[in-house]
Amino acid sequence: MPENQIPVTVLTGYLGAGKTTLLNRILSENHGKKYAVVVNEFGEINIDNDLIVESDEEVYEMNNGCVCCTVRGDLIRVVEGLMKRPGGFDGILVETTGLADPAPVAQTFFMDDEVRARAKLDAVVTVADAKHLIARLGDSPEAEEQIGFADVVILNKTDLVTPEELAEVEGRIRAINEHAVIHRTERCALPLDRVLDRGAFDLDRILSLDPEFLEGEDHDHDHDHDHDHHDHDGHDHDHHHHHAAHDPLVTSLSLRTGDLDPQRFFPWIEQITQGFGPDILRLKGILALKDDPDRYVVQGVHMIIEGNHQRPWRDGEARESRLVFIGRRLDADLIKDGFAACAA
Amino acid sequence: MPEIQERPFGAYVVEVAFLGDTAVFALGDGSVRRMTGDGEGATTVHAGAILAAARSRDGESLITGGDDGLVARTDAGGTVATIAQRKGKWIDQIAAGPNDAVAFAAGRRAEVRLGDGRERAFDLPRAVGGVAFAPKGLRLAVARYDGATLWWAGTDADPVAFEWKGAHIAVAFSPDGKYLLTAMQDNQLHGWRLDDGKDMRMSGYPAKPRSLSWSAKGRFLATSGANAAVLWPFHHKDGPQGKPPLQLGAREVLVTRVACHPKEELLAIGYQDGMVMAVRFADAEEVLLRRPGGGPVSALAWDDRGGRLAYGTEEGAAGIVTIA
Repeated sequence: MPENQIPVTVLTGYLGAGKTTLLNRILSENHGKKYAVVVNEFGEINIDNDLIVESDEEVYEMNNGCVCCTVRGDLIRVVEGLMKRPGGFDGILVETTGLADPAPVAQTFFMDDEVRARAKLDAVVTVADAKHLIARLGDSPEAEEQIGFADVVILNKTDLVTPEELAEVEGRIRAINEHAVIHRTERCALPLDRVLDRGAFDLDRILSLDPEFLEGEDHDHDHDHDHDHHDHDGHDHDHHHHHAAHDPLVTSLSLRTGDLDPQRFFPWIEQITQGFGPDILRLKGILALKDDPDRYVVQGVHMIIEGNHQRPWRDGEARESRLVFIGRRLDADLIKDGFAACAA
Repeated sequence: MPEIQERPFGAYVVEVAFLGDTAVFALGDGSVRRMTGDGEGATTVHAGAILAAARSRDGESLITGGDDGLVARTDAGGTVATIAQRKGKWIDQIAAGPNDAVAFAAGRRAEVRLGDGRERAFDLPRAVGGVAFAPKGLRLAVARYDGATLWWAGTDADPVAFEWKGAHIAVAFSPDGKYLLTAMQDNQLHGWRLDDGKDMRMSGYPAKPRSLSWSAKGRFLATSGANAAVLWPFHHKDGPQGKPPLQLGAREVLVTRVACHPKEELLAIGYQDGMVMAVRFADAEEVLLRRPGGGPVSALAWDDRGGRLAYGTEEGAAGIVTIA
């Protein structure tokens, strides 16, 4: 892959959550960077900028027999068009409608070779309204999937809720997706480096699969630091739901073991992604393969999965295999048992 | 060794064509550059990027469409005339028809502007993937999602639809008007025999076979999208069905553009690494025309006599190779 792929940020979130506020902020702040923005409609974007492109969402099915292998045809054309402009870009932001499934957007950057040569998915950022998210999670499966898909959740409008309500809504987000970074904001005010250039799909930057803890706006530390020193042995990954009536359809499943037998693991993960692909929103893993001195990292969206050797396991670093699924109606026992059977 | 003249234009070369002796290059910076044996010129035509371009049927102008919504005609002297203006639209498909007719498309609408100024618009449920005029008559083909549709641009006759599941992203008629070919998003070529709608599937490409060029007398259709130029024989009674394609210029590098010589069975091939080669059909004899460099070849065109080949790359290298 060429090194000059332009990072693409996918911006999702329910109508009214604050996506437009965030876009206006990105377009108007004096950051010296050039971003192209693909929007569904110009709507309330109040910046006159010829790098804002209106695009009709067009989901294309691929003729490969895979029902979840869809791409956004309009995005392919937009990226091709943008690449013809001189000067290049620091990034492309793609806004999806409140009801849209983020998967076709994400998959476009894996499945279309021409797009992939020029652009790479950086992160899925979901803007959520602290006051209304719980109601949306109750009445719309899209809201839940947008949280499930997210690398970064911007929990906006925190000024409109009490600390107790905020804690509850964060708990709900964590129950769906325990690995997303959550930022609490008012009017989407946050440093743009928390949103842009995250490298969330970059295999080289998958450093840790520990749950990311709440990052307040006043914490200005490096979010890409290595979490390997955290010790989570014995951490209970089963979720305790206090709202039985609102059990999320989308949940996270974290698995861990020691060395894996690659002869068993790769056929198994293939079978799981083929069998359950439509319900797997995201998967990420850092794996210790038997007799392999390198960490092996994998990540995937639905049936698409990619993996690579990352770096050698360090001296004193425990060789441990971690695999995280975020998906709908995951059969936790079946996946856990299958994974356990891959242990070397 | 062929003689080569090259210039660093510094912007994506979207299309190239010869207008008489002048090679004109449509660039991503919105300009149309001209190169002749002894001179050069540049005209800024678009406020944004040129997204598509095609030579007019009379060979006297280059028609361009851009992300500024403009459709314009530029002649070999650099004189520009506006054909249409669609503010806020990206004009990313252009085709030239008979009697100065021009087809262009943005999003889900394809339009035809006839030489006498009349305009027709054709709305589709999904975005237009490509437009092409039939070799004879004012018949427009539009590649679309799940097939292609043919309209008679000058009349209100009902359109004819050809269905094939998937996204069709480029379209071309055979020179005899008997076949319609499309390139598809999922790396295959599709075709229909127009008299009976019979389907032809040509698959096995590792990439999209986006560049299509017909050889002299329409005997072969040359295509990009593989590590060799793939040429499908159309001189058999039933077209290419069941016939193995000719493969020319095989390398470990993807072919990005193909251009058949206007008179002889000779193909110019542009590769992803910037190399350009000419290959004879009969014996696969190869001649290197340009060494690798400057990004993927994005435009190739012969002059009408077949003595000169113009090329351009994504990174803005452009030139003329004089062969004879």
